[in-house]
Amino acid sequence: MAYSLKDKTAIAGIGLTPFSKKSGVSELSLAAQCIVAACEDAGIDPGAVDGMVTYTLDNSEEVDVARAIGANDLTYFSRVHYGGGAAVGTVLQAAMAVATGQAETVVCYRAMNGRSGKRMGQGISGQIINSGLIHYSWYMAYGMLIPGSWIAMIANKYMQEYGVTREDLGRVAISQRNYAQANPRAYGYGKPLSMEEYLASPPIASPLCLYDFCQETDGGCAVIVTSAERARDLRKSPAVIRGISQASTRGQEEMTSFYREELTSLPEMELAGQRAYAMAGLEAKDIDAACLYDAFSSEVIMQLESFGFCGQGEGKDMVLDGALDIDGRLPNNTHGGLLSEAYIHGMNNIAEGVRLVRGDSTSQPAKAVEHVLVSSGVGVPTGALILGRD
Amino acid sequence: MSAPTRIKPPLGPDNAWWWEMAAEGKLGIQRCQGCSRLRHPPRPMCGDCRSIKWEAVEACGRGTICSFTVLTHPQFPGYEYPLIIILVDLEEGTRLTSQLINCDPADVAFGLPVEMVIHTDPDGFNIPVFQLAEAR
Repeated sequence: MAYSLKDKTAIAGIGLTPFSKKSGVSELSLAAQCIVAACEDAGIDPGAVDGMVTYTLDNSEEVDVARAIGANDLTYFSRVHYGGGAAVGTVLQAAMAVATGQAETVVCYRAMNGRSGKRMGQGISGQIINSGLIHYSWYMAYGMLIPGSWIAMIANKYMQEYGVTREDLGRVAISQRNYAQANPRAYGYGKPLSMEEYLASPPIASPLCLYDFCQETDGGCAVIVTSAERARDLRKSPAVIRGISQASTRGQEEMTSFYREELTSLPEMELAGQRAYAMAGLEAKDIDAACLYDAFSSEVIMQLESFGFCGQGEGKDMVLDGALDIDGRLPNNTHGGLLSEAYIHGMNNIAEGVRLVRGDSTSQPAKAVEHVLVSSGVGVPTGALILGRD
Repeated sequence: MSAPTRIKPPLGPDNAWWWEMAAEGKLGIQRCQGCSRLRHPPRPMCGDCRSIKWEAVEACGRGTICSFTVLTHPQFPGYEYPLIIILVDLEEGTRLTSQLINCDPADVAFGLPVEMVIHTDPDGFNIPVFQLAEAR
């Protein structure tokens, strides 16, 4: 009988730096600050941290971070690949380390000067890709250099197949911008977005325009993973890890899974969802709110289908019904998400999942939130996480 | 000072042959010598029969547009904008990512027939691109 991680571990604390377009400090400083903030939130001394997990794309070395925060001896450290696809994977690594006794207090972090430093929109050049160069060779020569261009290829096919319109994407962007009005951390705070403005925004990679893209951000975000038992004795109520899985499927590429027979679904997200549901013993109907990865607006609609909240091609109808709004079936990215709060590579969506379970989101739904689904990057090897109220 | 050029593909044992064929004006497809399946993008082993033996065959260059995106921003040196990137379903059954040239962005559509042409950059670099079949 396989060992199950269900309910063994929990996220005990979350920490963030301020989000900006120019932090004025190093990425290492951002990493140290968000980790110390997460420890403070959990009521744990940073000197107790004995495990670290981050993204392969993160530029701050574990040992440098450990010295900066005055961590304990480290007995577990690991990194997860594939950009934003790593978000849930870092939590999975931490949960497995805690559940198997490799470490007791594991921090997952991502800190980046994503606007003032190396920008995603600067495009691939061979300098930021230290492996997979040959994979990107098929795109570089043609000028397909930015994440938006790769996602647009799938979005266009999906929209054509199911009659999804620019207005449908706009409803996602506007729903999340509305949430940002209650969140002073958010880039979109104080900057409401109308459908007219959305539709008039400049094209970038058709069918995607400016407001379909997330915010390049300077900032850091960390979460503390420890045993559920220990988390119950700490400062905040735990967000229990009920179900979690990484997933990559046949024919998978990093960002460019263009060669599968069918391009209008996200098989890796379906697999991650099925496995997370199975571990948690839950179904889509049991999920009360979500933080679906949203580097691009189109991804949210497709994921509604991947995770079984509706049938194939029905995502747009769910959005039209207001499902993503605060009084809807599935309040989504209630902090504003990557589109309107900040792009910390999905780590800040995990933090919001924790808030929703605790009941302290700046846009907390009136209904009881027992279970929240959080996903990692779309179009890449990814993961899904179900957090539950203790 | 010479004009900026497109980013050249990094070359290794798994992909250089394709660009060498392009330099000769040909569109290549990798064919497994174990099970005869065609595959693209190229990779060193067949995921179906696990053979590492393969050969290059020349595609006929005809196909249809499976999907597309028109890129307008940001604009990188060495490329002309708006830049139409297409996925082409080749008659042979494989799919590849390429560029559509000689076409108004308003005229690109799903399912249109396209044909391969070799585009030569000012620096002599050859790259397979496509144009609408009617544009002949």
